[in-house]
Amino acid sequence: MLSVIGRYLIFLGKLFTRRESLKVYWERFIDECIGIGVSSVFIVAIVAVFIGAVVCVQTRANLVSPVIPVYVVSNIVRDMTLLELSSTFMCVVLAGKVGSNIAGELGTMKITEQIDALEVMGINSASYLVLPKLLAAVFTFPLLAIISGFLGIFGGYLAGTLSGIITPEDYVYGIRYSFIPFNVFISIIKAIVFGFLISTISAFQGYNTRGGALEVGQASTSAVTNSCIAVLIADYLLAELLT
Amino acid sequence: MIEIKNISKSFNDRMVLDKVSGVFKKGETSLVIGASGTGKSVLLKCMLDLVRPEAGTTLYDGRDFYVGDEEDKKDIRREMGVLFQGGALFDSKTVHENVQFPLDMLTEMGEGEKKDRVEFCLQRVGLEGTGGRMPSEISGGMKKRVGIARAIVMNPKYLFCDEPNSGLDPLTSIKIDELIKEITDEFGITTVVITHDMNSVLSIGDKIMFLHKGKKLWEGNSQTIMGDTVPELEEFVFCNKALSLMRAGK
Ligand SMILES: Nc1ncnc2c1ncn2[C@@H]1O[C@H](COP(=O)(O)OP(=O)(O)OP(=O)(O)O)[C@@H](O)[C@H]1O
Ligand SMILES: [Mg+2]
Repeated sequence: MLSVIGRYLIFLGKLFTRRESLKVYWERFIDECIGIGVSSVFIVAIVAVFIGAVVCVQTRANLVSPVIPVYVVSNIVRDMTLLELSSTFMCVVLAGKVGSNIAGELGTMKITEQIDALEVMGINSASYLVLPKLLAAVFTFPLLAIISGFLGIFGGYLAGTLSGIITPEDYVYGIRYSFIPFNVFISIIKAIVFGFLISTISAFQGYNTRGGALEVGQASTSAVTNSCIAVLIADYLLAELLT
Repeated sequence: MIEIKNISKSFNDRMVLDKVSGVFKKGETSLVIGASGTGKSVLLKCMLDLVRPEAGTTLYDGRDFYVGDEEDKKDIRREMGVLFQGGALFDSKTVHENVQFPLDMLTEMGEGEKKDRVEFCLQRVGLEGTGGRMPSEISGGMKKRVGIARAIVMNPKYLFCDEPNSGLDPLTSIKIDELIKEITDEFGITTVVITHDMNSVLSIGDKIMFLHKGKKLWEGNSQTIMGDTVPELEEFVFCNKALSLMRAGK
């Protein structure tokens, strides 16, 4: 375990040494932003809208006491969405999508000698392949978190008003009630940290694949599992740190 | 000229290469032959420093490849072209982009100049007009040829080919051998070809090194290989039906 963490840290070090020209990275970065960020918008949107809707309906169903004002429902939807759903939950979903994708791609490149081909050209393959992915994840995950936060609250609004459990006025009042802007900041910080963890852990798994197609599959699976675990641990640590 | 000295490498306590030494000369096509699993690809990877051997050195025209920092190594790497056993084309790039890739990364050439060079190399391997296709859309033999085009695009001083003609039909196979020999002669390249194809052995082997179970058992050329009496080598050479019939009838 410790030796794996050690190798992971060495791998991280390798990403930042002996880099290629900025122009090369810029092109790769744009490609990866599309591959990692833009292509995840759909899944993130679906997940956010539905989770927001479910939280709204469930909260209402469990808050039956007449002494609690109904706007508390949207208040809870807002805080849940901003604090956990738009960052942690979204990143667990993205660990599945982006993580397996990164590990699969790098694993295949490794076993088909494409990484060796880069190395013999004198290119730092780890940095060339992984650094743009890392930067793209760190750049696009916060944007996805913002989309996700917005759509989560919107999903709650849709479910709440369409099913008649809360009026639009109450919902909007609840969202604005005792709003702490810092929570948006927390969500963004978390997305940055999780983006870093997911991209580097998955890349590390893929980059160290040995063998054949079977091992590529295993690398993808462990990329997802390990990224999820890392995200959850980091979530706890950040919660201790930031709140 | 490439010199390897006493290269030894083991994986998990299993000796794969045992003190292999040899010299590969400029302008010659040197072959490394041997049965499957004897460590030919590992030897190549040691020479390329993709796998670091436990002992031994590799010298490129006297420059030790295992010492010095990455920048020194990069200078030597710029002079190498490598064809990997499976072609190792980048899946996400077209044929043209694959061949152009080393030029993009390692040179300051202009776009027009690069395009001409890529087209020249593709034409050299008989693939003009396929530049726009993706690696997944071309056959195995074509992949090998694209791999060769990518290996020669930088005008290498050292060319390495790992089984350039395995899995190809005999005709294409011979064409590829001839191509390798031609460019070696033409540009005075130091070429190392790994193969277990007896056709290549007999037609392009300026110099041949025979590996058996990680040891170098024999060294010679395409003329001397038929007359030699090392039992393992005989077994390797005369498992070819035509050759064994020829020997029986001589
Ligand atoms: N990374 C590795 N880890 C462990 N063992 C390895 C590794 N690479 C190669 N080997 C072992 O080294 C031996 C030699 O492999 P190598 O690929 O050099 O064979 P080869 O002579 O190229 O065979 P072929 O003609 O089939 O390509 C094999 O037994 C292989 O299992
Ligand atoms: Mg091999």
